[in-house]
Amino acid sequence: MTAAAAATLEVRGLTKEFGRRPPVRAVDDVSFALRPGTITGLVGESGSGKSTVARLLSRLYSPSGGSILFGGEDVSRTALRRYRSEVQMIFQDPFASLNPVKKVQHHLERPLRIHGIASRGDVDAVVHDLLRTVGLVPPATIAQKYPHQLSGGQRQRVAIARALAVKPSVVLADEPISMLDVSIRIGLLNLMADLKKDLGIAFLYITHDIASARYIADEVLVMYAGRIVEQGPTDDVLQDPLHAYTKLLLSAVPSPEPGGHRELLVRARRPSTDGELVEARPGHFVRQPTT
Amino acid sequence: MSAVATRTLLELDDVSVEYALRDRVVRAVDGVSLSLAPGETLGIAGESGSGKSTLANAILQILKPPAQLAGGRVLFEGRDLAAMKPDELRRFRWRHVSLVFQSAMDVLNPVMRVGDQFVDMLKAHEKVKKADALQRAGDLFELVGIDRNRVRAYPHQLSGGMRQRVVIAMALALRPELIVLDEPTTALDVVVQREILQELQQLKDELGFAVIFITHDLSLLVEFSERIAIMYAGEVIELASGETLFRDPRHPYTVGLMRSFPPLTGPLERIAGIPGSPPDMAAPPSGCRFNPRCPHCDPTDARLYARQTDERPRLREIAPGHLVACHLVEERP
Repeated sequence: MTAAAAATLEVRGLTKEFGRRPPVRAVDDVSFALRPGTITGLVGESGSGKSTVARLLSRLYSPSGGSILFGGEDVSRTALRRYRSEVQMIFQDPFASLNPVKKVQHHLERPLRIHGIASRGDVDAVVHDLLRTVGLVPPATIAQKYPHQLSGGQRQRVAIARALAVKPSVVLADEPISMLDVSIRIGLLNLMADLKKDLGIAFLYITHDIASARYIADEVLVMYAGRIVEQGPTDDVLQDPLHAYTKLLLSAVPSPEPGGHRELLVRARRPSTDGELVEARPGHFVRQPTT
Repeated sequence: MSAVATRTLLELDDVSVEYALRDRVVRAVDGVSLSLAPGETLGIAGESGSGKSTLANAILQILKPPAQLAGGRVLFEGRDLAAMKPDELRRFRWRHVSLVFQSAMDVLNPVMRVGDQFVDMLKAHEKVKKADALQRAGDLFELVGIDRNRVRAYPHQLSGGMRQRVVIAMALALRPELIVLDEPTTALDVVVQREILQELQQLKDELGFAVIFITHDLSLLVEFSERIAIMYAGEVIELASGETLFRDPRHPYTVGLMRSFPPLTGPLERIAGIPGSPPDMAAPPSGCRFNPRCPHCDPTDARLYARQTDERPRLREIAPGHLVACHLVEERP
């Protein structure tokens, strides 16, 4: 599993435009790779295009330009069902993503049946295994509950179990903790870190919460106005940011330490997204105007 | 800042709020006592279901059935708000206390220019000519960092952050002594959130109003409040300055909450978080409501365990200005 360099999912020059006259370019020439056993954090404000990237990767939208490669092959030619058995999603709102009139058992059985993963006889055992994997115990009890009988954190764990049911190699998580209470967010982050390690899953973790990205992501992509403005190893980018927008974003993060907060850098003008991504340090790219 | 000499602006005295549902009564706020000095910023932190927003509604006396004040008093400069007539209350709100809540930016009427909505609000409270009211709306817009010409804008022409600024400007219009902010920036981005909070801080320094700032984001409160009350399951379980809560949190829930924020700088280690979920308020645990999630609640010390699971801990002052409701802290200071 640990062919470190081999990308599972790769995007090249991904572009998405909405509307016409003039079209809005929500995602503009984005390239990156997701590798097995790696969490890639995609950070930015709302409107930066990060959720559009998730929808393109999950093939809910089709790109206006560029390509998505899975295992080196262009996915536009892959059947959607086969693609989804490898690339799964977790959404922001665990209240909206589960059917309120169906038990947990139903939510986990469905992908197993659709993708022909478990035979009728061992469905229960597989469902219980999945629940244990995401820390929902005792599984036999949880499986018989309806979504409204679970807390937000438990619901999000069910959503993760559902994503894992098809044994995907890639999981796209779009703001998976932002609607959860503070005291249970860490538990979900720890779960994702464990799944990455134990199952070798390649995660794309989309968030506006930079501290949480630092906590679990191996690499980060900073997105602004549809473009990636900086990318590289998490600590390198967040401890020593090079792009004006990354610096602004970091200065806005509240710090629990009294007196430890940074003054907000004034958003004097829109940080520039012009130029090319250049490698400023090994593996650390920043968008710089070409002179 | 001395606790004895300062005047009290707002006092919550043993306030309880209940939701009378068809088959049961849920007590969302249970015996909360807090006081606020003029010009002070008090933070209230808690998770969903902790009762913090219900408490805000109780302060403004805007509880709607099935919620009702089930006990205690809300005193503003010594006057009991529950004893006021509806007419008196209507004049009282906005002039003395105003409220900005999370989705406040959505309260703006979409088919009316924001300036005209200002005029309506001002006219409801005082005799004022339209031209003068618009002039004042423009002044207030500038105060919160919006171009005064935007009074002619419709809400959809403004960004979420600008709409929230408009609502804050409205809340400031009658120069109230107290503004209650209930998750005022939760729906906004981090950068916009910080811009607005820094502006509010400056306005507060200039105009001298007091603030009750309610949020689930404790890290914001530590920066922007003088004192912070931590709520859990309808009760205040710890009250202290932000500095004290950061350096010496005593309630195991506060300790867990403080540790739930991964650091942006410095060494990274795995954080355990708080196990379990907040309780179902229709059937809260007996004794200390945090006991099912508390790492220090186990039967090895049978006597302490009995207290933790049977007896409600009371908020006690353990150091000047630092109050904690915890049996463990009481027995092993």
